[in-house]
Amino acid sequence: MEKIKSPEESRKLLDKITFDLTRSIVKRDELTNFWYFLLIMFALVGLWGWGIQIRDGLGVSGMRDYVSWGMYIANFVFFVAVSLIGFLISSTLHLLKINWSKPISRVAEQVAIAAVALAGIIIINDMGRPDRFLNVFLHGRFASPIIWDVTVVITYLAISVLLFYLPLIPDLALLRDKSPDDIPKWKMKIYKVLALGWKGNAEQYKLVYHAMRVLMILIIPVGLSIHTVTSWLFAATLRSGWDTTIFGPYFVAGAFVAGVAAVIIVMYIYRVRYGLKDYFQDYHFNMMGKLFVFVCLVYLYFNINEFWVPGYKMKTAESIHLTNLFTGKYAGLFWSAQLFGLILPILLMVNRFFRKPVPITIISVFVLIASWFKRYLIVIPTLEHPFLPVQNVPANFQHYTPTSIEIMITLFSFMAAFLVVTVLAKMFPVITIWEYAEEKGIDREIISEPKNQTP
Amino acid sequence: MEKKSRRNFMKALGVSIGAAGVMGSSTILSSCSRVETTSGDTIKLLTSSGELVEVQKSALKPADMPTLTENQKRGREGLPGRKWVMVIDLSKCRNARQCMKACQNHHQLRPEQHHINVLQMQDADHTAPYYMPKPCQHCDNPPCTKVCPVNATFKREDGIVLIDNERCIGCRFCIAACPYSARVFNWFEPRDAEKYKGVVYNIEANVPQKKGTISKCLFSADRLRDGKLPSCVSACPNGVYWFGDQNEDAVTNGTTHETTSFSKIIEENAGYTLMEELGTKPRVYYLPPKDRAFPFQGTIEENHS
Repeated sequence: MEKIKSPEESRKLLDKITFDLTRSIVKRDELTNFWYFLLIMFALVGLWGWGIQIRDGLGVSGMRDYVSWGMYIANFVFFVAVSLIGFLISSTLHLLKINWSKPISRVAEQVAIAAVALAGIIIINDMGRPDRFLNVFLHGRFASPIIWDVTVVITYLAISVLLFYLPLIPDLALLRDKSPDDIPKWKMKIYKVLALGWKGNAEQYKLVYHAMRVLMILIIPVGLSIHTVTSWLFAATLRSGWDTTIFGPYFVAGAFVAGVAAVIIVMYIYRVRYGLKDYFQDYHFNMMGKLFVFVCLVYLYFNINEFWVPGYKMKTAESIHLTNLFTGKYAGLFWSAQLFGLILPILLMVNRFFRKPVPITIISVFVLIASWFKRYLIVIPTLEHPFLPVQNVPANFQHYTPTSIEIMITLFSFMAAFLVVTVLAKMFPVITIWEYAEEKGIDREIISEPKNQTP
Repeated sequence: MEKKSRRNFMKALGVSIGAAGVMGSSTILSSCSRVETTSGDTIKLLTSSGELVEVQKSALKPADMPTLTENQKRGREGLPGRKWVMVIDLSKCRNARQCMKACQNHHQLRPEQHHINVLQMQDADHTAPYYMPKPCQHCDNPPCTKVCPVNATFKREDGIVLIDNERCIGCRFCIAACPYSARVFNWFEPRDAEKYKGVVYNIEANVPQKKGTISKCLFSADRLRDGKLPSCVSACPNGVYWFGDQNEDAVTNGTTHETTSFSKIIEENAGYTLMEELGTKPRVYYLPPKDRAFPFQGTIEENHS
């Protein structure tokens, strides 16, 4: 925390911070409209594809009796993975009293909420009978990992929303009280309601801090669970390639890699688009880069374990699976994912230069794409090689190729996730104003005083 | 009693033939894809083996169709005191595929959907290839029922693993969990969706099939309730299948109708279960393909795993 400033200085600084951080809310130009148009159009195309799928059956996808889980499940795992970043940055780093990550918390929560919400939608989309979704609650069998997954995903979404909302309340009150003139009226009305009559007294702050702390602690086991349980959807089966004990930590480590990449991309977009150079500084990218290298190294360690150990033994069924990945049909994808998603990023980002905003964002894009394909490689090749031969079925049962409808629906999920993040960024400041102001040494009383206090 | 329209009656009749399997003289009419009335009191029916037979109309009666709830209830309980077991004699299998055909007719399956699939097997590079019919193994420690989130697939007291497709949500976790690839999915509208529209679901035959749900071998639980052998067992021309009750320690051959001791046939022929190392404890036993009645004539496919 910086030195306490004089009231005049503080007010001036607070005005500047508020002005900068509400730019995302105020800004609406051609590009915004075009972006919304693009997202909504793609989302609608995806929904149309979903309609076809409901009408004709899941068979409109490339999935068949052997490869019965395809791109949807890979995409589900990807979104669950990305959502994990919320708990790493806004909870774990906070509890460890790491300060640099504070301005990034809200970005991380935005990404987490969008990703976990979409994960929920994708999994319904993968059901043969989405109309029977309520059976999960009516007839839920607690012995099934799917029930655990549903439970923790819903809990994680709830806690993430709360972790997003609680620190937002003082900000909403600030916007309500200071009411910058250029914010649309309807948004102001929403702020007024959502601010819940916040007055900014010590007692209220204490309550928020307390609640936040409880949530931050709670979200750690829940966050670890969601991806561990997701990994158990695979590890609980007997199939070679999935039948392994390290899937839990392997998935969690991979999730952090994907999540850090996603947050860096969103940070960079905000920095450029909303002119937040002074907030998402080179320093923050540098620190995120270091975190990035660290999680990549952990993930690399798990990858070595995951492939080296069975690769050394080459048991019959495992060897078919591994040969398929190392030198077979999926070799190109497998090695590209390892190279661009893991090895090259580590080698590059140990250099300071590659932790600068532009290079690290480019690396993040590669890593994020590779992470998606990594999930694809976890789900599909294993199913293509069951224990017993695949015989007396048409050729499209033997090999999986995603259909255009599947790709459409998957694109929809990406667009819908972007849409959620965009709406959150357009509705609420992307950095917690009051927290940031406090860091800069502005007194709480000044933060909570109404507009035009100064003569 | 409520009045039944003629159409409903025909529907019920169609199902009684198609699903429950009505006896016509000594022929087992396990399925019927065409009902044709002819002059007089006879009716032409297509049997599961594809033969056209003529039977007395009076021999046909609509099967007792319990209500859905009742059907689901008794379907979950199973047949009291029984422990069904199947023995497949690999030395007898010549890949005639009558079992597959009969099964697909009984359970209204598309040609690519197999409750039972005759596989061409070769265990290692230089071992002899053989034919292996592979139904659901009806494991005593079933990995599939374990993972079902809604208890739509379950293990019955009599050993059968069954599915309730009025409940299945189509998540396909059971397909992923099954190491025997025994389960199939209705990716589209089922084969006879139009024909059996509105027909009450029979859990023990899993008919009519339902879009977006799972199907698999049920040991023809509906036929067992009627005191008949499963469709595949009855349809085999080569005496491959033995089926019976482990509690009685007796199995009956579907072709010769000879009955023998289950434990003896397993002991004498060194019977085994498939992939026993996985701990699934199958209820389907195999007798090794020794002294084969027919030579292997197929070609082993590349995608053998």
